Amino acid sequence: MSEPAGPLDYDRRLWLRAWLAATFVFLYAPIVILIAFSFNDSRRNIVWRGFTLDYYARAWNDTSLIEAFTNSIVIALLATAISTTIGALLALALWRFRFPGKAAVEGALALPIVIPEICMGVALMAFFSRIGWPTGLPWPLNLGAIVAGHVAFCFPFVAIVVRARMAGFDRALEEASKDLGAGEWQTLRYITLPYMRPGLVAGALLAMTLSLDDFVITFFTSGPDTLTFPVKVYSMVRFGATPTVNAASTVLILVTVLLTVIAVRLQRPERTIVEGPRA
Amino acid sequence: MESWREQPVVFWTFLLPGAFWLLGFFLAPLALIWLYSFGERAGPVDIVVTGTRENYLAALDPIYLGLFWKSFWIAALATATTLVIAFPVALAVSFAPARLKPLLLLLVILPFWTNLLIRTYAMIAVLRTRGYANFALEAIWDLVGAGSGLLGIALQAFEPLTLLYSNAAVVIGIVYVYLPFMVLPLYATLERMDRSYLEASLDLGAGHLRTFMSVVVPLARPGILSGVILVLVPALGTFLISDLLGGPDSQLIGNVIERQFKAANNWPLGAAMSFLLMYVTFAALALRAFLAERDV
Repeated sequence: MSEPAGPLDYDRRLWLRAWLAATFVFLYAPIVILIAFSFNDSRRNIVWRGFTLDYYARAWNDTSLIEAFTNSIVIALLATAISTTIGALLALALWRFRFPGKAAVEGALALPIVIPEICMGVALMAFFSRIGWPTGLPWPLNLGAIVAGHVAFCFPFVAIVVRARMAGFDRALEEASKDLGAGEWQTLRYITLPYMRPGLVAGALLAMTLSLDDFVITFFTSGPDTLTFPVKVYSMVRFGATPTVNAASTVLILVTVLLTVIAVRLQRPERTIVEGPRA
Repeated sequence: MESWREQPVVFWTFLLPGAFWLLGFFLAPLALIWLYSFGERAGPVDIVVTGTRENYLAALDPIYLGLFWKSFWIAALATATTLVIAFPVALAVSFAPARLKPLLLLLVILPFWTNLLIRTYAMIAVLRTRGYANFALEAIWDLVGAGSGLLGIALQAFEPLTLLYSNAAVVIGIVYVYLPFMVLPLYATLERMDRSYLEASLDLGAGHLRTFMSVVVPLARPGILSGVILVLVPALGTFLISDLLGGPDSQLIGNVIERQFKAANNWPLGAAMSFLLMYVTFAALALRAFLAERDV
């Protein structure tokens, strides 16, 4: 750092660094404040009055909040599992085959990504009401409508990520596998899938993030008898911001970050594997 | 690539689940509200599709047209603000040392792993009259006041700004929520940019500002276009941010659509508005495709 900054060392310009720092403050300060005030010993979260875990206890004892929280996590996990499976399969179909109407499928696949969320939300709401989607089912079947909606906007992202990964795949490996007597399933299991894995993990991670981040689709597809975290917190916020909301939000942030860290860890050893069939 | 006829069973196994989901839980619902947009209410829950154009005419009523216009302006203002904030950030990240880049990018993306509702809620505590934005401004004001007090000029007492429940709060909320969407595509293009163009420009006597305006910005155009679309489209349809942070006059088109489908229970009108919003979105996407084409 003793050298004078060259003309292109933009990263060493003070104002640019200050700008970067200010942006991070803008991005993080609200969340940090939200987390800090979940520990604040005051009903109105304006001034710091000392540390307490009271609001965590309150959130824990709020059975409807816990139910909503569990539901949202279950929705995210189910939506991730389904979107990853069907998204990867569709990516394989688009990657491997020529077929009439392919451009139409590709176009339709891009639609859920580009149309405004609220349009998709109201469409799903009208749709489920029209076809008389059964309500009052036992848990977790009562989450079906929300999961179906989440999958509809998550799996196109998985398909895109997986297809991008498959673009680098050498099809000679598949042919070699089949020449050596492996069937379609064995080739998929031992050749294609290991290569696809980083794409699958990235796609699943994206799907889970999108599902946990979602408010709009959940808001419109939640029936009157299903509690979900965003809808529950939304009604709590409308009645006034309380530290309990902060505590519940903090837990959700923690869970999301934790799940992401686990997923990233799962992905890491994959890099060292030799790309190709194992001995 | 092989023809699907060679392996029909494999092909259908791969294609059907996704095609089914797309058709059943996306295209069919859209088709349904498209039909509803030409329908009339025939009771509290029944809608009869009569092919009427009344809903579109009602949606194009000056009141709603004004709302469309206002939504567009708020979204455009928020997108422009996002671009101005994000450009230096993307530039700084792309010029940062290689070992720092993943960390900086992670820091940009990380807030996105928090639910949209939580992030919007977090902004309430920042923007309200007794919020942190005002506390910070008050501290600065007091500091300036102390300085000017030494010079014998007395400042008036700090008046907290009314930030929350206004159009400004909606713009700030959109910028806060969608900033990562702008930084990432900008970073992707700046990262690929050939730095020798910058060197050439500086060697030939252009200043940093001129180099930025005449070399960096044109080269970053694809990234700017992507970022603008990625922020503008969700901003146009937002209803949560305007609902929680906006005031009585911050109703945007998203709020009106939501009301038609929930409280007001006028689904045909809401459906017509949804489709108008979608057409505006498609127009923006087409414009982007056209501009991107011209760049090549």
